[in-house]
Amino acid sequence: MAINNPVNNGVNTDALFGAREALTKAPEAAQFKWRASCEWIRGTQSRSTVDSFYGLGAEQKHKTKFTYDSDHPEVFASEDAAATPVEIVLAGLAGCLTAGIAAVAQARDVQLRSVKATLEAGMDIRGILGADPDVRNGFDGIKVTYKIDADASDDDIKAIVAQSQKRSAVYDIITNPTNVTVEVK
Amino acid sequence: MERLTTVVIGAGQAGLAMSWWLARRSIDHVVLERGAVGNSWKTERWDSLTLLTPNWQSRLPGYGYQGNDPDGFRTMPETIGFIEQYARAIAAPVHPDTRVTSVRSRRGGYEVVTDQRIWQCDSVVLATGACNVPVIPSVASAVPAGVKTLTPLAYRNPGQLEEGGVLVVGASASGIQIADEIQRSGRPVTLAVGEHVRVPRVYRGKDIKWWMDASGVLDQRYDEVDDIVRARNVPSLQLAGYPDRRTIDLNSLTAIGVNLVGRLAAINAEGKAQFSGSLRNVCALADLKMNRLLGTIDEWATANGRDSDLPAPHRFAATEVEESPPLLLDLTHGKIKTIIWATGFRPDYSWLDVPVLDRKGQVRHDGGVAEAPGLYLMGLPFLRRRKSSLIDGVGDDARDLSAHLAAYLRDRVLSSPELIAARG
Repeated sequence: MAINNPVNNGVNTDALFGAREALTKAPEAAQFKWRASCEWIRGTQSRSTVDSFYGLGAEQKHKTKFTYDSDHPEVFASEDAAATPVEIVLAGLAGCLTAGIAAVAQARDVQLRSVKATLEAGMDIRGILGADPDVRNGFDGIKVTYKIDADASDDDIKAIVAQSQKRSAVYDIITNPTNVTVEVK
Repeated sequence: MERLTTVVIGAGQAGLAMSWWLARRSIDHVVLERGAVGNSWKTERWDSLTLLTPNWQSRLPGYGYQGNDPDGFRTMPETIGFIEQYARAIAAPVHPDTRVTSVRSRRGGYEVVTDQRIWQCDSVVLATGACNVPVIPSVASAVPAGVKTLTPLAYRNPGQLEEGGVLVVGASASGIQIADEIQRSGRPVTLAVGEHVRVPRVYRGKDIKWWMDASGVLDQRYDEVDDIVRARNVPSLQLAGYPDRRTIDLNSLTAIGVNLVGRLAAINAEGKAQFSGSLRNVCALADLKMNRLLGTIDEWATANGRDSDLPAPHRFAATEVEESPPLLLDLTHGKIKTIIWATGFRPDYSWLDVPVLDRKGQVRHDGGVAEAPGLYLMGLPFLRRRKSSLIDGVGDDARDLSAHLAAYLRDRVLSSPELIAARG
């Protein structure tokens, strides 16, 4: 690491490594609960709000309340007032992987200059329309393509992207089954 | 009840190497063995297994390879013979058929209870092996009736399995070797692949273990690596020790018809196995890591003037993964008859009644020196060095740890007049 030209991707890896060590000793503090609330607006449009979460043994609050509208496009006979939920899933995956790339690059002393991703997911909508019981509702695959400009070899950049997938929560959520319980109260 | 200085538990290579060093340091000891010398090698290994290290690389303290096939790989009977010869050659004080049922702290030392008798001692060396208990994922409880399950400790050969499909879960050393021989027996294999470590058997004309030994990779110490927890949990190298020195990797398995799927993530209520969609990434990670290792090797070869007498550096084909690997496999259709859990092993310390176990049941230690004074570990992955779990690695660890043990005994006596009086 060059002292006069320190790598800075804006990620505080010292804090992350410190947290890892602290939480290894206090696994109960590592238990987090992520939350969102959602309210129907009209048609296929709804508004989700993210405000608080639980972690480090206490209730936590975001600095501000974030809202995310979702809707369906006009080709689905909707008003297209916002992104479709499946696109928000792609945005979540991209956000998670890209944050991981910045963190891993920082930990490996690699300066990033630009990181751009495009995502595409295939879907046979006969699934959600109930037109063919053999077609699943969800994506039949997701393709993520990164273009990264950084002070590192191609293989080192690929290794950073691979490590980011290995440590990504959203990547894990999408690639592995998760039990989902939906209740009506 | 018998009193002596040190009890070594386990008469495999680790316990015997420790015995050699203790004898050299004039520390009176016994080596307790639940069965006979080399018990795990005798009773818990499949028929075709060979050592994954070449013959020359089985160096034990005061004992090396004498045969005429230094680059070959020992079969299990040969491995057992080698360890038995070593026990005889060093006249190790082995007590066979002596199963330890408890080790507990007592009067500043330890009490070792066995099904034969009880030993009182000042120090204990746990050399009971790294592979006592197979690690089986919790999804195993959801395997539908009608599908047989086996671990590598119980697996012997393909003939033991019903005709029909086999799901091998895990693609490290055990999983790839078992998948290879089962597929060749005519039973179609699906291999569930999580994180793995890909290496070629031979690179630039030399065995990969030769490169790792010569370049110092195997001597890397536990206090020199960035993340020892990760280093100790790295899966075993994808290696086999066949006489033709061929490489078994995911590409060679695909070539003989094995189907690759992602890590086994779940078995759902309909009895369908669900595989992770991460296959492509775990393969990319393994390819990148292999290339980094080969890069390290090439740099070492150049720096040490070996390039002129060896073939030029090259890289191996990337792991081929089909466009959309299957995510589901129906276990109720009768196509899959057997599941083999090649998902790793762990040591068993359920008989250790000394408060040194972490929440995962493993002994807290610093390079083999357990948190309880006078208690030592041997033969675990990356205990003190990358080679610690290899036959070739136990000698250096036994030298270091026996030195620590001897110093502990000396300081303890010097600092405790009561002890001197009590022993007097």
